[in-house]
Amino acid sequence: MELTTLWFILIAVLWIGYFTLEGFDFGVGMLLPVLAKNDTERRVMINTIGPVWDGNEVWVLVAGGATFAAFPEWYATLFSGFYLPLLAILVALIVRGLAFEYRHKRPEAHWQANWDRAIIYGSLVPAFLWGVAFANIVRGVPIDESFEFTGSTLTLLNPFGLLGGVVTTLLFLTHGAMFIALKTDGDIRHRARALAVRLGATAAVAAAAFMVWTQAITGTTNSAVAFVLAGLTLVTGLVAAARGREGWAFTGTFVTIGFAVSGLFLALFPDVMPSTTDAANSLTATNAAATAYTLKVMTWVALVFTPIVIGYQAWSYWIFRKRIATHHIPTPELAGQGAGQR
Amino acid sequence: MDVVDIARWQFGIITVYHFLFVPITIGLSAIIAIFETMWIRTNNPTYLRLTKFFGKLFLINFAIGVVTGIVQEFQFGMNWSDYSRFVGDVFGSFLAIEGLLAFFMESTFLGLWIFGWDKLPRWMHAGCMWLVHIGTLLSSYFILAANSWMQHPVGHSYNPETGRAELTDFWAVMFNKVQVVAFPHVVAACYLTGGAFVLGVSAWLHLRRRTKDEDRPMYLTGVRISAWIVLVAGLGTAITGDFQGKVMTEVQPMKMAAAEGLYETSDSCAPFSVFTVGTPDGKHEKFAVTVPCLLSFLGTGTFDGKVEGINPLREKYAAEYGTDPGATYYHPSDYVPVIPVTYWSFRFMIGLGMGAAAGAALLLWALRGGRRPRSRWWSWLALSLPFAAVFANSFGWIFTEMGRQPWVVYGLMTVDNAVSPGVSVGEALTSLLVLTSLYAVLAVIEFGLLIKYVKAGAEPFVEPPDPSLRSSGDSDDDDAPLTFAY
Ligand code: HDD
Ligand code: HEM
Ligand code: HEM
Repeated sequence: MELTTLWFILIAVLWIGYFTLEGFDFGVGMLLPVLAKNDTERRVMINTIGPVWDGNEVWVLVAGGATFAAFPEWYATLFSGFYLPLLAILVALIVRGLAFEYRHKRPEAHWQANWDRAIIYGSLVPAFLWGVAFANIVRGVPIDESFEFTGSTLTLLNPFGLLGGVVTTLLFLTHGAMFIALKTDGDIRHRARALAVRLGATAAVAAAAFMVWTQAITGTTNSAVAFVLAGLTLVTGLVAAARGREGWAFTGTFVTIGFAVSGLFLALFPDVMPSTTDAANSLTATNAAATAYTLKVMTWVALVFTPIVIGYQAWSYWIFRKRIATHHIPTPELAGQGAGQR
Repeated sequence: MDVVDIARWQFGIITVYHFLFVPITIGLSAIIAIFETMWIRTNNPTYLRLTKFFGKLFLINFAIGVVTGIVQEFQFGMNWSDYSRFVGDVFGSFLAIEGLLAFFMESTFLGLWIFGWDKLPRWMHAGCMWLVHIGTLLSSYFILAANSWMQHPVGHSYNPETGRAELTDFWAVMFNKVQVVAFPHVVAACYLTGGAFVLGVSAWLHLRRRTKDEDRPMYLTGVRISAWIVLVAGLGTAITGDFQGKVMTEVQPMKMAAAEGLYETSDSCAPFSVFTVGTPDGKHEKFAVTVPCLLSFLGTGTFDGKVEGINPLREKYAAEYGTDPGATYYHPSDYVPVIPVTYWSFRFMIGLGMGAAAGAALLLWALRGGRRPRSRWWSWLALSLPFAAVFANSFGWIFTEMGRQPWVVYGLMTVDNAVSPGVSVGEALTSLLVLTSLYAVLAVIEFGLLIKYVKAGAEPFVEPPDPSLRSSGDSDDDDAPLTFAY
């Protein structure tokens, strides 16, 4: 296989890793005001992702870095072109990341309420905007002959892009609810499961529309297969959730997101950012790529270290496999102990 | 203001801000790992309390280091897209490898450390903090390799067809001679900073009247360990800094001349000015304190070595690179960095850093044998040390980065050619304003939290559950509250 094709696949794998893992973090964050009835339940939710959200987020950092290395032109055009949405994503990720760490550091209600807001919007904004961004990548954007994006932010907010945003938001909401159902116990677990089924049904409808539309724009047989598999696994997951099989239900949405992202990348290939101005200006996996030498070095590094990373991330999920319920949450006095001491 | 100016301001501010937290993360993770290991080996509660206390401060700092790092990763593409196109082949791979090797490791094992107190055997728990620390070192190594390549591009060839620098030798970039001296210098500076942080906090708590008497020996232990770390690391930064000076004189003679504001070549025994008052162009010196021959020694290793001056170098560069490096942005033949910035940042780096080390020696002496001098002055000295160390780092970077202007990649690409052509002034300005105001708010929040948790002091000793001692049936623990929860 061509190294450029291999790296196209590896970039896709990194984004799949990001959306399947951080997807449920976003879902949990967005559902904070919906599922939790009181502060203890909010903390139950936050603690389900507490030990792992940062490791999940690194997937996007490596996806960005690997794009920079393997497809410098793509990195340059994409990030300078999608400037303001990307800025919004960065701001959201900043406040959200800090919120997890700082929320419990002070007992005042308004302090915690503000950080709760940071978690909610800090999850909603990227969940939506990543969808918009990917929809536009697949659909194509105006790019001139020196590979510069010539549109504006408004160019990106077209109906197809917006639908893409709605789909990722709904999928992540469903995925997050499944995760809560899998990782908590007690009342909230049942509410999460019921909500997951309802959200999942809506997500299925929106996703189906989006996938058909994608097929119409740029679909291939391969992407059609991936989209059908995504649909089937989503339905399977929802059925499993309705029957109380939370492990299978979560696996269902996990695999669904994986297939959906694969479908987008399959529809994209061999382009990486098609131009709507002139097909000759499209960035492709070959004309945007780094040299063979760089790709070879990176391939070795990836081959050796990716399995190790997946190994220890999996181990950390295993260590924190237990369900969390309200009685596991230490009382606020305990958590803020140091401050009261004086 | 055009996009280049805005993008430069943004890069400078955002990166210096990121590097306020980075040296604390790197230094403190090592010290916490040492404390925890000592606890396991000695079973002395002092070390556990120190581990937990500084662990809490560490997390406040780490969180902001992580989130500001996210911006770093993406801003090359956003503001510097032509730079990204030009160097992606070389520079991008180091960034990617940093993420894969270091960031996954730091974040995953820190998660295990934070939430793993009641889930991991003790040695494994301490091992997680060691792995976090190793992660920070890997991260530094790769990002500094990328930065050193910009200072002294090696292991690549310029391809006129694609118009970009292409990697030809990975190992040459890994062991670039600038990198080989910069990495030890930065890491030593980070240990100095982490040590100064622990020292400042422990000494202040030890001296404070409100601290319980039975807690003072614990803080004193913190003082002793960290003060020695500061002293050794201070020596390390001085020695490695000296090595760096030699390499810098060789590969970027203009930077050394700019560090001193040396306009004309000095054939032997160039003096080093500790302090100067004069006109900014260096033509009229009003007052100066100088150490004879020190600049020659810093630059060449001998006291009578020759140090080239700015004016001859400017002509030499003009002959080598043409008279118009920065096309529209710089004045023709302007290969001279902003001299007051390089001159003073170099001195502040050395002064503040070495000052912190001197402060550590003083405190060690003043607190010897558990003494508690009454003067408030000692508390202020203690609290100033972390700031001195952190700002020494900032000045080091400002010197290094400003001293290579107008180049973004030395000898290959000027800054004004690096900026994104498609980004408008409005967009760039939005980003600058949004990020700087957000960062200003975050600085207030994080500083407030640090003060609150420093003031609260270490928590009383509580024996943590030891999962390795637990019977295999462990179900009775299942309903107990988590030892740590967000
Ligand atoms: C000498 C060390 C050093 C230097 C020069 C830089 N950083 Fe940094 N960075 C670190 C040392 C570090 C660290 C110690 O590894 C951090 C600090 C706090 C932390 O959590 O990890 C980190 C965090 C950090 C993160 C978040 C990682 C995570 O989520 O765990 C990113 C994406 C970057 N950095 C990227 C950059 C880029 C693109 C830089 C160049 C402009 C840069 N850093 C300069
Ligand atoms: C973390 C420590 C660092 C600090 C504090 C720092 C600081 C600075 C400063 C002060 C400037 C000058 C801004 C100006 O010219 O107005 C600059 C420029 C630059 N630095 Fe660094 N730097 C750091 C690390 C790095 C690293 C590791 C890289 C690359 C991997 C890098 C890449 C650049 C680039 C691309 C510029 C050009 C933009 C410009 O000149 O403004 N820097 N940096
Ligand atoms: C006698 C003491 C010191 C000397 C002679 C010295 C020398 C140097 C030199 C020559 C450079 C520029 C390297 C280049 O651009 O190629 C540098 C950079 C730097 N210094 Fe120092 N330094 C000293 C102390 C310190 C201290 C105490 C700190 C911080 C606590 C510090 C932090 C830094 C940093 C962060 C950089 C930028 C990164 C780099 O290029 O390595 N230095 N130093």
